[in-house]
Amino acid sequence: MHLCTYLILLAAAEQTLADSYVTVSQGHADEADVHYTCADFARQATAHVEALAPVTARYTDRREPEPERLRPDGLTTTRGGPVGLLRDLQDLYQLVSLVDITWALVGQAAAGARDRELIDTVAGCHGQTTAQHAWLRSRMRAAAPQTLLVAT
Amino acid sequence: MNDRVVEIWGERTPYASGDAWPDRVDQFLVDGVAESDVESWVRGACLLCSNGCGVEVAVAGGRIVGIRGRAEDRVNHGRMGPKGLYGWQGQQHDRLTAPLIRQGGRLVETDWETAMSAVVERSRNLLDTKGPLSHGFFTSGQLMIEEFYTLATIGKGGIGTPHMDGNTRLCTATAATAFGESFGCDGQPGSYTDVDDCDALFLFGHNVAETQTVLWARMLDRLDGPNPPRLVCVDPRRTKVAERATVHLPIRNGTNLALMNALVHQLIAVGYVDREYVAAHTVGYDELAAATADATPEWAAEICGVPAADIVAAADVFGTSDRVVSTCSMGFYQSHQATAAACQVNNLHLLRGMLGRPGAGILQMNGQPSAENNREAGCGPALPGFRNWGNAEHVEELARLWNVDPLVIPHWSPPTDANAMFRYAEQGSIGFLWIAGTNPAVSMPNLNRIRRILSGNQCFVVVSDAYRTETTELADVVLPVALWAEKTGTFTNVDRTVHLQEKAIEPPGQARSDLDVWIDYARRLGLADRDGGPLPAWDTPEAAFEAWKAATVGRPCDYSGLSYQQLHDVGGIQWPCNDTAPAGTERLYTDGVFVTDRARCETYGHDLATGAGVSAEQYSARRIDGRAILKTTGYQPAYEVPDEQFPLRFTTGRTVFHWHTRTKTKRARQLQDAAPSMWVELSTQDAARLGVGEGDIVRVTSRRGAIQAPARISHVREGTVFAPWHYGDSGFVETAANDLTITAWDPISKQPEFKVAAVNVQLIRHGDGPAPAPTNTASAPVDATITNPGR
Repeated sequence: MHLCTYLILLAAAEQTLADSYVTVSQGHADEADVHYTCADFARQATAHVEALAPVTARYTDRREPEPERLRPDGLTTTRGGPVGLLRDLQDLYQLVSLVDITWALVGQAAAGARDRELIDTVAGCHGQTTAQHAWLRSRMRAAAPQTLLVAT
Repeated sequence: MNDRVVEIWGERTPYASGDAWPDRVDQFLVDGVAESDVESWVRGACLLCSNGCGVEVAVAGGRIVGIRGRAEDRVNHGRMGPKGLYGWQGQQHDRLTAPLIRQGGRLVETDWETAMSAVVERSRNLLDTKGPLSHGFFTSGQLMIEEFYTLATIGKGGIGTPHMDGNTRLCTATAATAFGESFGCDGQPGSYTDVDDCDALFLFGHNVAETQTVLWARMLDRLDGPNPPRLVCVDPRRTKVAERATVHLPIRNGTNLALMNALVHQLIAVGYVDREYVAAHTVGYDELAAATADATPEWAAEICGVPAADIVAAADVFGTSDRVVSTCSMGFYQSHQATAAACQVNNLHLLRGMLGRPGAGILQMNGQPSAENNREAGCGPALPGFRNWGNAEHVEELARLWNVDPLVIPHWSPPTDANAMFRYAEQGSIGFLWIAGTNPAVSMPNLNRIRRILSGNQCFVVVSDAYRTETTELADVVLPVALWAEKTGTFTNVDRTVHLQEKAIEPPGQARSDLDVWIDYARRLGLADRDGGPLPAWDTPEAAFEAWKAATVGRPCDYSGLSYQQLHDVGGIQWPCNDTAPAGTERLYTDGVFVTDRARCETYGHDLATGAGVSAEQYSARRIDGRAILKTTGYQPAYEVPDEQFPLRFTTGRTVFHWHTRTKTKRARQLQDAAPSMWVELSTQDAARLGVGEGDIVRVTSRRGAIQAPARISHVREGTVFAPWHYGDSGFVETAANDLTITAWDPISKQPEFKVAAVNVQLIRHGDGPAPAPTNTASAPVDATITNPGR
């Protein structure tokens, strides 16, 4: 069954997201809110990876071959300047969108599988991911006019 | 009258619950002036804290010669504090009397024509080449309503920039956002008269004894009267409030939300909740209960460093009292989870149905005398009249008031906060920054960075001020302005009381009012409405006030029933004041109906963990419809926590004798002598460990800078280092507290973190005597034999 595939995808995507948050937090340390918020989100994403481990272990005996290009790539470096920040936040937004919808899909499968532990794990983590998504959206929307119209 | 630097709160006039606070008229006339010498007493209100005491200014020979409280004023019943009595004298020294302009790297005197031409030329040039977002206006919590509303009209209706904020972001932004999150809109629910009726007082991070001395006098008179209220104090220092407390919780700075979640947990666990009120008037109870389910007193005790039994005792006081007044201030607001912690104060009251009736009230404090007006008039976090930037109809209303295209009014995002403005100025995308009535080169966090921003070539800096300050020295143009009592205008205190300050004397030299300066700027820039009429359409204080009244009709802060004449006759009057409440309104939400209706609310709210905005659709879907919103989030440690290299928790605060960066109070002899220069406070335990004695010179170092000052061994809690932020850097040694503070802020209010920075302390050399700190305040020495060397 491919639930295991998607649990692996979710853990890998959360790990990539955590690493990318750290990259952005450090690369844009002069943006104080980005710096602290992304560091906090990185801790959340890492905790999500840990929360997934015991559930995933229960399914590994039913693991199927993975499809091509299952796991997303993350950010390894940051871009410079205000427009570089905006573009980096968009990359994070894309990643967190993937994580967010993957939590939703895993949650659907958990319901179908009547897996109470996984349902609880989804309930505990998915909300944080959705909040990360909302924050990135708010932050980018606020910065866009200045970045696109005035900044150099 | 006794020396009010020694007897800070004056004589007691005790009174019982339900009685009126007795009058006590305080007066100060300068040496050599008798009452018979006073030619006129001009009415107004004190501008040296957020209390807004009604006063009369004594004038003789075209000069201010004294001041007295107005007995009939509802705020102070005649009383004044030391800053109010003595601080105005600072206006008579070292004033700026002519504009200054930077030439060849130096500021030189010039005339208004030259100065304003330079300002307008740079402004026009940037507007033409880069557009409105190149402009920022950083103002104050000490200007008049007329000035704020005029500048808001210029900035948001004429130029069209969202980059307008005040130093109110540093002091009062969290009060505004906590109201918005809980009640849908800014606006103080309670009234100072609630102190007269309460049976319990909770002071959360609020050293009222030093920040609003006359409000503390009112509380003291209740505490010394029959049937006194029980008092709970949350403060890491042993303040004068703490000394009178039934329960004092000296929590580690930076752990407010852990304590607040535990107090809410305890109200729910013990069953102190008013189920009927909660069911009828709130949403979010189940989420609040779930979010605080694990926040036991024992859990919080570990984090906060206070006994669990004391947390339980505090919750019991709240739970077993019938009429609770809570105040909340900088200890909560200038912290990393500021809005969430302040919302929990609101939640305690909502859970117990403790608001909207005599003695049961919330006072989310302001730091500054007109902070409320910055917030409500549109120079800060909201559009004028607490209008919602996310509500197209609110924007349309403003556009009609100003007769401008709604597209001009920036409403794609919240108004820009000061942190973001300074960041844009740092990067040069704000190339024109006008600073009025404030001194960010001392008051902002992380001063090395702020000085770099203001002195760089990437941004043209205009400063309107009455003195040369640390900030004017970095400006390109400095404009000399009139101060309090040198102009006419209105302002609103903590409990919505509006006062009119009438012009008593002429400003010195060529100084002009900020209103005149901004009208001049608008006219020179040629700002116009849709029909080509001048924008703003007024040029006098009273006409500006009338325009403001029109902008508030039907909004929660309704001023439409007020007039200059009425304010002159009566003194302070509380908004809303309109046809249905012509004498003003003592308390908001008496019927348990809040401003959360979607069409009326100021904000749709935020996620208290991240600060992400709630959308209009999400908000509508909850069908909140006039109920209050219970919400919180989990506790997180501060942005910077102590470690091996920087093991102590640094916090900044105020002393009773000074106001902000001391521009006025250091020029008033009585006040300056009482607290002449910088000090830092260490606990007995930390001082012993470091080998530091009273008065020894220490260096305090953070990741951002270092300062040197004499150490006061005080009753601050172990592990915490306190420093006043009033003092700038003197010529050869760094002394400004904000050299150490961090660039970080609460995600919702964007109020900077001033209450936790990790530092270490080293002994530099032994001192020559006690530290120059007051001995009759929270800065009192552990060694009681020490007296203030300034006295």
